[in-house]
Amino acid sequence: MVEETGDGRPETKARGLWREAWSVFRRNRAALVGLALLAIIALVVVLGPMAYPVDPFDIVGAPKARPGAEAEAPLGTDYLGRDVLAGLIKGGRPTLLVGFCAALITALIGITIGALGGFYGRWVDGVLGRVTEFFQVLPALLFAMVLITLFAPSLLTVTLAIGIVAWTSMARLTRAEYLRIRELEYVRAARSIGASNARIIWRIILPNAMPPIMVSATLATGSAILFEAGLSFLGLSDPNIMSWGLMIGSNRNYLREAWWAVTFPGLAIFVTVLAISLVGDGLNDAFNPKLRTR
Amino acid sequence: MGFAAWLARRIAYAAGLLAAVAILNFSLMHLAPGDIVQTIVGEMGGASEETIAQLRKSYGLDRSFPEQLGIYLGRVATGDLGTSAYYNQPVLNLILDRVPATVLLVVAALGLAITLGTFLGVMAARFPASWLGAVVTIVALFGFSAPVFWSGLMLLLLFASVFELLPASGMYDVAQGATGIAYALDVAYHLVLPAGTLALIYLALYSRLSRASMLEVLGSDYVRTARAKGLSENKVVFKHALRNAILPVVTVAGLQLSAMLAGAVLVETVFTWPGMGQLAFESILRRDNQLILGILLLSAVLVIVGNLLTDAAYRFIDPRIKTGG
Repeated sequence: MVEETGDGRPETKARGLWREAWSVFRRNRAALVGLALLAIIALVVVLGPMAYPVDPFDIVGAPKARPGAEAEAPLGTDYLGRDVLAGLIKGGRPTLLVGFCAALITALIGITIGALGGFYGRWVDGVLGRVTEFFQVLPALLFAMVLITLFAPSLLTVTLAIGIVAWTSMARLTRAEYLRIRELEYVRAARSIGASNARIIWRIILPNAMPPIMVSATLATGSAILFEAGLSFLGLSDPNIMSWGLMIGSNRNYLREAWWAVTFPGLAIFVTVLAISLVGDGLNDAFNPKLRTR
Repeated sequence: MGFAAWLARRIAYAAGLLAAVAILNFSLMHLAPGDIVQTIVGEMGGASEETIAQLRKSYGLDRSFPEQLGIYLGRVATGDLGTSAYYNQPVLNLILDRVPATVLLVVAALGLAITLGTFLGVMAARFPASWLGAVVTIVALFGFSAPVFWSGLMLLLLFASVFELLPASGMYDVAQGATGIAYALDVAYHLVLPAGTLALIYLALYSRLSRASMLEVLGSDYVRTARAKGLSENKVVFKHALRNAILPVVTVAGLQLSAMLAGAVLVETVFTWPGMGQLAFESILRRDNQLILGILLLSAVLVIVGNLLTDAAYRFIDPRIKTGG
């Protein structure tokens, strides 16, 4: 069912696929809940600090105050007396920013390496395959930790470190898609009318390989957020920027006395990643007609 | 290809991969600002030019980078991973002291996740209309979305602080000084929370995977044949389908080893479990370069060995695979 326009470009088919996918996605209640949650989280993270302008590093009251005990800190204070709610609102920014940017880097590296390997095959695929395998063998978290401490912890180094260690699964997926699609009729047709390799790789195969890549990129964002949270938890991010992971890390020794300072930021990470996973699952179902019967 | 030839090829390939890992890590350490001599001089509160030059010479830092790299690789090839600047002990001994704790943690978590996950997934596929499907979905969503260090802290709060059922940290009770079976039981008791936490992530993966894989296998021809023969549904599921449905679970288990080590670093930190992850974290904070290099290399060895075992297990479960490279 190739619905091609006069100039033989497959875009029409791709657009049809997107519309069909959206109509399936729209009926998936879990995915819509995920999307709504994401919208709320984005709103709070972007606009929240303006509506609730408390510095999360400021000491606003007695340390370890229960939620509701003090008017200044509705969700309680941490072990130093800092406002937990302010941390939640402000701490989402670095977490989400690093998560999205790292996932973007992951996608860029993974798609490029996977596309070139899958398209050219032979020795190119051989070399890139070895490179991918090499990065799979490296212990991701440890290697990222080493990179960050060697080159000073900052949002930039954290983002780059996650991007550098996390792209392998994206590359494998993209490669598999290219291997499959490059043999299809419309790619042969494009080649026979003299389309350049670059055009075939980026303009013809890529749009058709997009559905699984999008699903994988969505899920990669979730993992990148968890990765960032883990690094901040260990104290391997910028110590002057409040983040959800940092809140958990700095309060974990006071878990018994001030459980709220650990529980709430963790819940924030959990709900964010959960929302992303729900959207990712919804996309997966929307793009995979075979799975819809489940 | 016979098993021996396959194994020999894989080992040669692994050696090449490890050499590449060693070269990359060593170069990184070299690129980064600051070195051991600066640290030592800093601790001494300054030193004369002469002393610094002598120190640099004693650590081999006066040589060119290719020379240093060559010396390092030569040392590593003979099994000498250098000396930790902080502990002043051979790196290999320090790491080997910690490996058993990490392997115990990872294997316990993996075992728990695979057994329970496969069981949940297979049962959910066997009884598709039951509540088991919902359980698998919820477990999967939680496992994928909750940060492992946080779920560890939450379990700790619940089982160690509120109910006081399980120990909060460590691997054994120092005060008890137990030996033999009592010691093993004590370790197992301390293992419950860390292993359970680590297993949570993978429980999600395996339950989902085994359900999907089982559903697929149950739709295949030979299962229909088995049913047509009049076998009971239980026999069809557990005797005929399970063996094939479990293949993807095994593959993924191997591929997850590297991620599992990452999880272990976080879990060991939360529960002060005296494993390799904790040692790695401390050595990174202390910039104990030789120790870091050693840990990175040995983690790569663990991952490679894990992949090799996976492939071997794969060949064992599925006799059709004889060409695996």
